[in-house]
Amino acid sequence: MDEALLRSLIPGVITVLVRRGADFAAAEDAVQEALIEALRHWPAEPSPGSAGPAEPLRDAKGWLITVAWRRFLDATRADTARRRREDLAEEEPAPGPAPAVDDTLQLYFLCAHPSLTPASAVALTLRAVGGLTTRQIARAYLVPEATMAQRISRAKRTVSGVRFDRPGDVATVLRVLYLVFNEGYSGDIDLAAEAIRLTRQLAARVDHPEVAGLLALMLLHHARRAARTAADGSLVPLAEQDRGRWDTALIAEGVRILQAALARDRLGEFQAQAAVAALHADAPTARETDWAQIVEWYDELTRLTDSPVVRLNRAVAVGEAEGPDAGLAALSGLDAALPRYTAVAAYLHERRGDLTTAARLYSEAAHLAPHLAERDHLTRQAARLNARRQR
Amino acid sequence: MAKYLLLKHYRGAPAAVNDVPMDRWSPEEISAHIQYMNDFAARLESSGEFVDGQALAPEGAWVRYDGEGRPPVTDGPFAETKDLIAGWMIIDVDSYERAVELAGELSAAPGAGGRPIHEWLEVRPFLTAPPTVTE
Repeated sequence: MDEALLRSLIPGVITVLVRRGADFAAAEDAVQEALIEALRHWPAEPSPGSAGPAEPLRDAKGWLITVAWRRFLDATRADTARRRREDLAEEEPAPGPAPAVDDTLQLYFLCAHPSLTPASAVALTLRAVGGLTTRQIARAYLVPEATMAQRISRAKRTVSGVRFDRPGDVATVLRVLYLVFNEGYSGDIDLAAEAIRLTRQLAARVDHPEVAGLLALMLLHHARRAARTAADGSLVPLAEQDRGRWDTALIAEGVRILQAALARDRLGEFQAQAAVAALHADAPTARETDWAQIVEWYDELTRLTDSPVVRLNRAVAVGEAEGPDAGLAALSGLDAALPRYTAVAAYLHERRGDLTTAARLYSEAAHLAPHLAERDHLTRQAARLNARRQR
Repeated sequence: MAKYLLLKHYRGAPAAVNDVPMDRWSPEEISAHIQYMNDFAARLESSGEFVDGQALAPEGAWVRYDGEGRPPVTDGPFAETKDLIAGWMIIDVDSYERAVELAGELSAAPGAGGRPIHEWLEVRPFLTAPPTVTE
């Protein structure tokens, strides 16, 4: 059974149940149970001529709806305190008018509702929209299954009173999807790939240049993934990556999507970030990178977000485009407590030839690094410079 | 979300405000203390912030390699001054502020006289894998 295909059906099945009168939390539970049942019982290959088990493969969605609806009825019946809802559930659904809006889209908005913490929104999105099981999400986040189950059920309770028929804020949904992408654990579940899958679905449903911008950004970053780490797990900086290992098909797709979005002349944060990523992807060698244009995109990003992190990245680009002194000048106005500030300063001092300062700053930056691979990388940089100075 | 380690020390941490050794508490005070810790863990489980928690025995040895063919060396000149970890809890929370808030609550566990111990807990963030976007 194609699990990815099956999971892509989940949001549609949830919305059918909700339209039939189930509340969101109950519908979501019922669909998860149906999904688990499907994964457990469906044969990998349909057995020819046999009725029953092979049937789901022809109409997987119909099968899921039937099983989930039955589960929902069972759960509702068992819940004597909610007899009122039982009456509602017993009725066959009326063939109402076709919904004016795409319900699946509403599910994205609900799962990214502003009343949820980012962590809850991510967990709920992965389950209700992505169709992942609680166990899979727990594994991806390296927490016990019980912890993730609680996180999800609290999230569901939080949004249980939210009406399902109102459009939400696309920007919130995009932020949640970008969070998922950025986690990027590659164990049982590859969250980066999952985020791309969900963003593709969103892009197919909502015509918004920033959705396209985010999708392009993810594709362009994802295309470089294989080159980003060495076989031993250590980080490979952009300038030293083997560009032959970049996924050119993903890059081409990302660039095409980005160009179509930019042509609509409604620039946003994700499109501008994707433009920077596209300029890196476009350079045949690190030396040939169009840093001047990258600085211009960072100027746009600064206007759009005024984020200190963007200014820090801009300082790196300025350092490449106009030399390390210009880069340090761009850096000087920023708060030294910014994440990666010290690492950037170390790099710029090294480019200026001040190896003593650079080595000291690299080792300071290593001390501050929140990630293991990054810390190891920075420690090696400091060690490399210290060794060179001693020769 | 980020994971933090809350470390409780037998020895090595600064002195607690209500610093009475546990063997001089009444049995009821000990039960109340343990109950508080269990309730705390259960509450974090239900808020989806609990990862792991364990208590450690009060004895521990320092061990190091002592060369080819020789048994490892145990303990050293610092046997009497070494830190001793009493136990840990790992939490997965939204922010550093939340981690500190929870450590503060845990430090309020009741001790002698039923009053909070005000013991010092160490809060350490986990190093994580780098995010997908690192360039």
